Amino acid sequence: MTERHTLSVLVEDKPGVLARVSGLFSRRGFNISSLAVGPTEHPDVSRMTIVVEVDELPMEQVTKQLNKLVHVIKIVELEPDASVQRELLLVKVRADSTVRSQVLETVQMFRAKVVDVSPEAVTVEATGTTDKLNALLRMLEPYGVREMVKSGMVAVGRGPRSITAAAVR
Amino acid sequence: MTTAPSRSGSAGPKPAPPPGRTATPRSDSPAAARGEATVPGPRVDNEPMTGAQSLVRSLEEIGCEVVFGLPGGTILPAYDPLLDSEKVRHILVRHEQGAGHAATGYAQATGRVGVCMATSGPGATNLVTPIADAHMDSVPLVAITGQQSRPLIGTDAFQEADITGITLPVTKHNMLVTEATEIPRAIAEAFHLASTGRPGPVLVDIPKDVLQEATTFSWPPELALPGYRPTTRPHGKQIREAARLIQQSTRPVLYVGGGVLKAEASQELLELAELTGAPVVTTLMARGAFPDSHELHLGMPGMHGTVAAVASMQRADLLVALGSRFDDRVTGKLDSFAPAAKIVHADIDPAEISKNRRADVPIVGDAKEVVVELIEAIRAEREQHGAPDLTAWWSQMSELRTTFPLGYSWPDDGALSPEYVIERIGAIAGPDAIYAAGVGQHQMWAAQFVRYEKPRTWLNSGGLGTMGYAVPAAMGAKVGAPDTVVWCIDGDGCFQMTNQELATCAIEGIPIKVAVINNGNLGMVRQWQNLFYGERYSNTNLNTHKLRIPDFPMLAEAMGCVGLRVESKEDVDRVIRQAMEIDDRPVVIDFVVGADAQVWPMVAAGTGNDEIMAARHIRPLFDSDELAASVDDVSDVTTEALRPEGDRS
Repeated sequence: MTERHTLSVLVEDKPGVLARVSGLFSRRGFNISSLAVGPTEHPDVSRMTIVVEVDELPMEQVTKQLNKLVHVIKIVELEPDASVQRELLLVKVRADSTVRSQVLETVQMFRAKVVDVSPEAVTVEATGTTDKLNALLRMLEPYGVREMVKSGMVAVGRGPRSITAAAVR
Repeated sequence: MTTAPSRSGSAGPKPAPPPGRTATPRSDSPAAARGEATVPGPRVDNEPMTGAQSLVRSLEEIGCEVVFGLPGGTILPAYDPLLDSEKVRHILVRHEQGAGHAATGYAQATGRVGVCMATSGPGATNLVTPIADAHMDSVPLVAITGQQSRPLIGTDAFQEADITGITLPVTKHNMLVTEATEIPRAIAEAFHLASTGRPGPVLVDIPKDVLQEATTFSWPPELALPGYRPTTRPHGKQIREAARLIQQSTRPVLYVGGGVLKAEASQELLELAELTGAPVVTTLMARGAFPDSHELHLGMPGMHGTVAAVASMQRADLLVALGSRFDDRVTGKLDSFAPAAKIVHADIDPAEISKNRRADVPIVGDAKEVVVELIEAIRAEREQHGAPDLTAWWSQMSELRTTFPLGYSWPDDGALSPEYVIERIGAIAGPDAIYAAGVGQHQMWAAQFVRYEKPRTWLNSGGLGTMGYAVPAAMGAKVGAPDTVVWCIDGDGCFQMTNQELATCAIEGIPIKVAVINNGNLGMVRQWQNLFYGERYSNTNLNTHKLRIPDFPMLAEAMGCVGLRVESKEDVDRVIRQAMEIDDRPVVIDFVVGADAQVWPMVAAGTGNDEIMAARHIRPLFDSDELAASVDDVSDVTTEALRPEGDRS
């Protein structure tokens, strides 16, 4: 059965490393649902969070093939219930004076916040899991979404253990 | 470029030992293959020189003895110090593709890292095919390319090509060197990556101004490869589990791939085979890993494998895959492949295991270490439980082997049989010679009808199927093994792709022998048109028969080689012997052979291995009740079946 898998990939911060990783996915026929790249606590190491939707066996291939990339240091799959997973959403919603209070109420219900206001629209910032952000978007859609941008998912395992500590010395 | 810091002392891998500076030609790679780390060369501290000098010096220190290449604008600075090198010989090719395949042939014949060099842009893109070829066949290759100067990168400058981007999917790794101080480390890392773990091609792209820059040279460099840790030592528990399965199996097969050659594990394989008594099959990439003359050897499996080898896998209860990758040309239709077999899959690349066929016992490790430990574990099992009875299994296999031996029939029109020519070359040149083939019918016949007894005597393009591989690969092999007879068995189609390297061979004193198996056609394509496209021969006739364009012996003579031609059976042995006598120049023999010969047996693409045809209309595994009673019957039937449809009574 096709499932969502969240991979944390520690890579050397070298030019072209993103192309190496993304190229591998496309040429092996795997789809990336979401991808986020950023620095870690180690200056030479970047962390990619990649969400893929594949069966279990191809999933094994994905991680094995990724591991073969020389610049890939470590790969950890983060299970949803043993990790904190977050996306960032910025959405510009049509909100003139007649509906603004209703929009703000929805924003508050989702513990999101308004980061920009104009007479015709508000821009809302929200973080959360994919499900939560989708729910927020569904609630805001009736007012008119003028523009929307979402980050890839980032995730970290729960508990005191670090996946970078063991991999990077 | 962000630079990873030097890992505190012990952690980082060290460069591979110099690939073959002192050792004998064919045995110096296992240490490198297993990733053992020793630092070659004397210590050098901050010697001032240019980037180009640093490059040549690095090649010298790492133990590179030959570079195949062709200069151009951006790599020019490197060619200047190369002129003075006393350790690195440069062989000037006629086309960069030739440089790449020559480096591959050199690597496959010797086990050392093959090195090729080209300029930026078209020089580099001409290397793409041999790099992809080396990638598919896991050949240790280092390609060094010039690049436009740093300020020009990204501006579509003259002869600029993003070669690291282009070769990303077909290299084990590649790098763009942006500082001259990085050159020694880049070269050391490239050699280490190419030759350890699962070998493969590594490309090092160096901008012209980096080569020109003043820098200092220090040796040995510290490698910074924190993400590269190939597993060579197999897991003990998996080994014991594999031994247990082998002990329980009554229908085992050792499925041997090219990894056994790369790990230099032929001797150990022989021991394992004799200990278990199991049938051995050697894939196209593994011909020579196990002696063809050995009674346990059933031959090559796969699309054009022997009936016995294919049948053994289909009926096995256990496949022990050693350095093989369940390629589609071996398995046929995957869901009907070896239906009753459990799988022990040992490979140095974990990604190969369970990629195509789920392994019951996965073993990650170097083939040599795996086989050595398997032998020990099986001995322990044997001491406790005795040897399993393989008598019934062997009687099945022996029957298939004697009923369906490899064979061929002579063309009805009196033309020369290509199989006969290849068989005679193998018989006369013997098992000590090296054979390099192109791709197509002649390649399959060379895999079938030359008897291989020793590792690294059979070179071909197995994975990518690169027409034009043979001439430059034979050239590289001869450079690596100058005292060995090297035969290039080529087709008339393949030969026309890369024969210009014969000029290189003639000038550089590389006396290879080329047999052009000239059937006037792109033979394998024609065979498929005959079988699957209603005998409509679209664009496969090369007219090297009818129009004799080009005239191969004349072409050979024009390039400083001896050109010979054979058109009848009586001349075959004599002319092969004549070629064997010539050692001061390359020889090309135009063997004008029948156009209608076909490669059999055959598992048609997309069908299952049970559908194997021993010859046209003969399906040995389809209905075992109709197995022919004797070899004579079969060869009669074979002859009959091979006759064109219209002639059959």
